[in-house]
Amino acid sequence: MLLSPYPTTGERIRVALLWLWCGLVILFLLVPILIPVPLSFNSGSFFIFPLEGLSTRWYEVVLGTQRWQAAIGNSLIVALGTTVIATTLGTLTAIALSDEKFPGRRIIMPLLLSPLIVPVVITAVGSYLFYARVGLASTYAGIILAHTALASPFVVVTVGASLTGFDRNLMRAAAISGAKPLTSFFRVMLPLILPGVLSGAAFAFVTSFDEVVVVQFLASAGQRTMPLEMFIGLREKLSPAITAAATLMMALSIVLLVIANLLARRGRTARIA
Amino acid sequence: MSALQPSELDRPTLARDRSAADADLKSVSAALRRAEFGDRMRSLLLATPLLVLLALSFGIPILLLLSRAVYDPTIADALPKTTVALAGWSGQGLPGDDAFAALAADLKDNQAKGTAYELAKSLNARLPGARSQVLKTVRKLESADGQAALEAMKSVPFWSAPSTWPTIRSGTNSLTSFYLLSALDLRWNAAGGIERVPPEQAIFIQVFLRTFFVAASVTLATLILGFPLAYLIANAPKGLAAILIVAVLLPFWTSILVRTAAWTVLLQKFGLANDFLLFIGVISDRLDLMYSRIGLIIAMTHIQLPFTLLPIYSVMRTIPPSQMKAAYSLGARPFTAFRRIYIPQVFPGVMAGCMLTFILCLGYYITPALIGGASDQLISNFIANYVNVELNWEMAAALSFILLVFTLALFGIFARVLGLDRLKLV
Repeated sequence: MLLSPYPTTGERIRVALLWLWCGLVILFLLVPILIPVPLSFNSGSFFIFPLEGLSTRWYEVVLGTQRWQAAIGNSLIVALGTTVIATTLGTLTAIALSDEKFPGRRIIMPLLLSPLIVPVVITAVGSYLFYARVGLASTYAGIILAHTALASPFVVVTVGASLTGFDRNLMRAAAISGAKPLTSFFRVMLPLILPGVLSGAAFAFVTSFDEVVVVQFLASAGQRTMPLEMFIGLREKLSPAITAAATLMMALSIVLLVIANLLARRGRTARIA
Repeated sequence: MSALQPSELDRPTLARDRSAADADLKSVSAALRRAEFGDRMRSLLLATPLLVLLALSFGIPILLLLSRAVYDPTIADALPKTTVALAGWSGQGLPGDDAFAALAADLKDNQAKGTAYELAKSLNARLPGARSQVLKTVRKLESADGQAALEAMKSVPFWSAPSTWPTIRSGTNSLTSFYLLSALDLRWNAAGGIERVPPEQAIFIQVFLRTFFVAASVTLATLILGFPLAYLIANAPKGLAAILIVAVLLPFWTSILVRTAAWTVLLQKFGLANDFLLFIGVISDRLDLMYSRIGLIIAMTHIQLPFTLLPIYSVMRTIPPSQMKAAYSLGARPFTAFRRIYIPQVFPGVMAGCMLTFILCLGYYITPALIGGASDQLISNFIANYVNVELNWEMAAALSFILLVFTLALFGIFARVLGLDRLKLV
């Protein structure tokens, strides 16, 4: 499709240049995220190729020392809490918004998405100021609440997408057959939109697990998450342990988001079928 | 549906007169309205928990922060007597002795309550150097009363300086435009007009311009890199397109912090970026890419590239290749066809991608903090610094206020002109 059936020389040159340029762009996109992977298995403590030898010593640092273990634990607490709340409330809101009779949809949607647009430092500083007054500063609850604001838009969007193909008549049919609203939700609607819900949950988890700015302002010394330890480490001294942590975090988010996207796609194809 | 009883429907139609039929119609439409109203309330109720949570964890905190930019009662609370004494002052020259005596009394009260340092800090934010003068005066006043206190006040030249009393008077007003003006390097002058602050005190306009410059550079760079790639993916055979899109999505799914960490490794003096530049012969000496503007722009371009590319790609996918073929067959040269047929159609996608990247760049914090040098810090870094280091909430709030106005204005234009569906965040 790039080349016409009888390409002229000029066309061939243009397409060749396009390929060359795109190849360089792909390298620019991929090399930086792949670089930490081999470095994290380096046995030496410098970031210079060629590697001195293979070892897992930096993974032992990240998975074996108390400081990093605590950080991983904190990250999991915050990310799981955020996932549960954001997924539940986001799904309810997406169901409400999928009803075209919902009052003020055109105003509420930009409001719901604004946490993604507002500079995160402003959100973080504002939460720090407000939570200090209401006693939520340096609590897991405070961090989870702030992360829920950042994560819920993803749930609303993914569940909303899976609901556009949901036939509302199914709910009416369930009601006529005598099902209570809750029963018809759990037995009819939820199974059909489940891929969208799970995909939203994965996005919510990754959003919270990767977040560092809000945590930087809200977390006490004992509540440092994995990204915050990384951030602090990067500011102090560049240690290869950071490349190991980066590789682990990258692997986790990529795996979860691949699953999320496959689920989202499944939700969409189920709708068409 | 309670208004539609079977018994009513069962009544023989003949027996009914016209008005009864009308009444039935009305009750049916009323029942429908009621049912619809119930549905509407139920969906509102479903959305309520998230809306309440967002208000608590997002809306109220930001409004509270913004209020700090215009509302600062520290000085007014600390100097009640001075506030009264200054009510009749013309604002020209020095106020009368009663104002000096009132200020002395207020300062002593603050010392007794332990709030003198708060006051000194707040005055210092508006009048650099005031902190030490206030604390010095407070110490002098400790053993002085009445006339002695007045003399102690007069013995400190600071209290007779021309700018001191106007500052105190503006400070006794809890609602203030001082911080917002400062954030734009402006101030009130003695004549009641707004003027620019002297160049040696001006910092923020430069920081805003720097933020815009970095955002614009990154937007342009992502467009130059991303547009051809989007075109290639949209027109490549299906299998190849899938591989290429994964290459775009893998970095997109990696967190900003991880990618920034990767760049700190790459940009080191003996890192891979320098190795590469030496290898292709662009440079003959290793560059200091870390803590530099160019390093920051490279890293931000890498992070933002998928945000610019994806909206463009999703528009390009919808343009059938037959259109370009039709243009060729009608005699258009490739460039003309591209300019007249292709560009106008992908333009909304290009706008969406570029605006999204520009908006997100305005709020960058992590990457400048780790990769930028002292002169590459963006506006978010200044906000964080005012909170963490200077403990000056008012200034942080004022800078947030202005940054938020720019961001939301651009987001508003985006939502209005391009529509939220073009927002490709997932």
